[in-house]
Amino acid sequence: MAATDLERFSNAEPEPRSLSLGGHVGFDSLPDQLVSKSVTQGFSFNILCVGETGIGKSTLMNTLFNTTFETEEASHHEECVRLWPQTYDLQESNVQLKLTIVDAVGFGDQINKDESYRPIVDYIDAQFENYLQEELKIRRSLFDYHDTRIHVCLYFITPTGHSLKSLDLVTMKKLDSKVNIIPIIAKADTISKSELHKFKIKIMGELVSNGVQIYQFPTDDEAVAEINAVMNAHLPFAVVGSTEEVKVGNKLVRARQYPWGVVQVENENHCDFVKLREMLIRVNMEDLREQTHSRHYELYRRCKLEEMGFQDSDGDSQPFSLQETYEAKRKEFLSELQRKEEEMRQMFVHKVKETELELKEKERELHEKFEHLKRVHQEEKRKVEEKRRELEEETNAFNRRKAAVEALQSQALPATSQQPLRKDKDKKKGSGWSSIYSVTIP
Amino acid sequence: MDPLRQSPSPSSSRASSPRTLPCEMLGYVGIEAVLDQLKIKAMKMGFEFNIMVVGQSGLGKSTMVNTLFKSKMWKSTMPGLGVPTPQTLQLQSVTHVIEESGVKLKLTVTDTPGFGDQINNDKCWDPILGYINEQYEQYLQEEILITRQRHIPDTRVHCCVYFVPPTGHCLRPLDIEFLQRLCRTVNVVPVIARADSLTIEEREAFRHRIQENLKTHGIEVYPQKCFDEDINDKILNSKIRERIPFAVVGADREHIVNGRCVLGRKTKWGIIEVENMAHCEFPLLRDLLIRSHLQDLKDITHNVHYENYRIFRLNESHVLPRGPGWVNLAPAPASVPAPAGPQATPGPPKVGWWAKDNSDEEC
Repeated sequence: MAATDLERFSNAEPEPRSLSLGGHVGFDSLPDQLVSKSVTQGFSFNILCVGETGIGKSTLMNTLFNTTFETEEASHHEECVRLWPQTYDLQESNVQLKLTIVDAVGFGDQINKDESYRPIVDYIDAQFENYLQEELKIRRSLFDYHDTRIHVCLYFITPTGHSLKSLDLVTMKKLDSKVNIIPIIAKADTISKSELHKFKIKIMGELVSNGVQIYQFPTDDEAVAEINAVMNAHLPFAVVGSTEEVKVGNKLVRARQYPWGVVQVENENHCDFVKLREMLIRVNMEDLREQTHSRHYELYRRCKLEEMGFQDSDGDSQPFSLQETYEAKRKEFLSELQRKEEEMRQMFVHKVKETELELKEKERELHEKFEHLKRVHQEEKRKVEEKRRELEEETNAFNRRKAAVEALQSQALPATSQQPLRKDKDKKKGSGWSSIYSVTIP
Repeated sequence: MDPLRQSPSPSSSRASSPRTLPCEMLGYVGIEAVLDQLKIKAMKMGFEFNIMVVGQSGLGKSTMVNTLFKSKMWKSTMPGLGVPTPQTLQLQSVTHVIEESGVKLKLTVTDTPGFGDQINNDKCWDPILGYINEQYEQYLQEEILITRQRHIPDTRVHCCVYFVPPTGHCLRPLDIEFLQRLCRTVNVVPVIARADSLTIEEREAFRHRIQENLKTHGIEVYPQKCFDEDINDKILNSKIRERIPFAVVGADREHIVNGRCVLGRKTKWGIIEVENMAHCEFPLLRDLLIRSHLQDLKDITHNVHYENYRIFRLNESHVLPRGPGWVNLAPAPASVPAPAGPQATPGPPKVGWWAKDNSDEEC
């Protein structure tokens, strides 16, 4: 087989030469080809909403996506935090979006909130696990896979005006390495502007001092760097959600009507809703998805694989192939299975032997009994035989005597007729003994 | 999902999750801005494309590449008189970064000088198959690392352009053997090289005969019929399929024709314009490869050929003994054409391979 000689003229790494084109080749349509492929494929976006019951999560979702998602009000009596995902198909012009909104139901309602964060973390990990499983399959279909990994977590902060609650801090700390967190101040119409400003500074300070890594909008691409940098300074967004429309001026806008005024949702002076929508959907949706895949998912994958015992290289820095370790584990597993099988077989054989012994015992016993019975039976038979012989002898004796007596009688009375003899015989039969007695006794 | 018709390029044929509810939006939300975000990201990252040209010497492969990308990828090789033909097939790769309207493309062209040039051409396709599989292997190794790179460099061959010599009769046994083996591992686009030696009628007859040959031997060239997604694709692709193999002429010199400057070959009896549809079908080839189907080529390579290779590799790992030749590709080319090989790459290309029957096939 001919060897493959591969010569690379230019240095493939680090940088290949650039070449100038003599005319229009036409590959500037590449981004369009890529986009049209993605459009046919559709997009999926998964949002996790974490916040206390009644803080306005569902309303905000309705406002964000300008639609009514069918949800009912959650009760306050949940025993533990439960995650409730709902998937919706949205379409705008030619873009199809599979939106999944996961609600942390019952968050903050329990008396003991120690384990509140655990179901959330478990859910996020489960989604990563599903993706990892699909990726590790031999026959996989990644392009068709419905991506359920959480792309962004909107954390709703109660507008106390003072600082973050410890529950918030703990939960956010647990989630920051698994998902992109965007903190939001909910029901922002209950705080005045000055209080809001102080509140925001306090929150960001607390987050930084506790080392919580929230999602920073990317500033490395010139197109969006500027707007993202500005928005980064406005975190956390103070939002108001509303699906009701109120007439302001001569337009119908989404707003909340109070006796003292109207809070307009889309008015930048009133709340940061527009900023949130810009950042979340219009500018950074793709980046959120990419961060989830390349940072959070890779981290999870690395930890999981290392946990399972795989390595990239061992102490002698010889690259271990994932395959090799996989193979080793598989062999181990197979040998384990074999061992167990052997064990079970041994046990089976042992049991069989035991039962066999028992059965043999019983058989022997039965045999003995049988013999014994046979002997007894023989004995009885013999006894009966003996008795019968005795009886026979006695009968014979009796018959002889009878014959003797008859002979005597027939000698003594020859003249007597037959009939009386017969009668006598009859009589004798009946009273044989008496006649014998009468003869013998002179 | 219907296991028999599983299209590889991303399509909207996913099953909806059980509780997917369609929702009407009452106003503009801005979801479609995600397309712009995608574009920006793609432009920033740049694109990669790897093309391989296969054919005997003197068929104009290097010239064709230069014409396709309108630049001097490499000097057209003319075998010198004193240079002996290489004994073994040597693959040469050239990588260039070309930019057009802000779109950066890292193009790698792999040439195969010496293909089919020897007297005994038995198994001359092995180095090529080996090279292709090696690229898949590299990608696979990168993909299964624990800490892997954000963007795995893609050196897999996306498209293989096979140059058929213009005999005018039919495909030669070498062509058939090679195409049979290759169409299972990579997207193959056959072209009739040096088409200026055939008249239009001869061209049509030749093309017809080649199509018959391809059908008889069960060779599926790009665009493959089983990957057509929807009716638009089918229509578009059937038009292309009617014209495959394209009759092309390559030229990298410019001449003046009717006041215009065109690429062409000048002969005593006229100038053959490369970009003139009446003269040759080069524009069709260029449009197919670059302007309309480039992304599709990459997608099919990634979703079908690479996945097939991966299945084959992961399945065989417990069949072959592990040894120092872990990345040894020697068995791979041997088992690709053999019908008795592992189930992932069966002999007849259609059944079981494109169809991807799952667990019944692998034991």
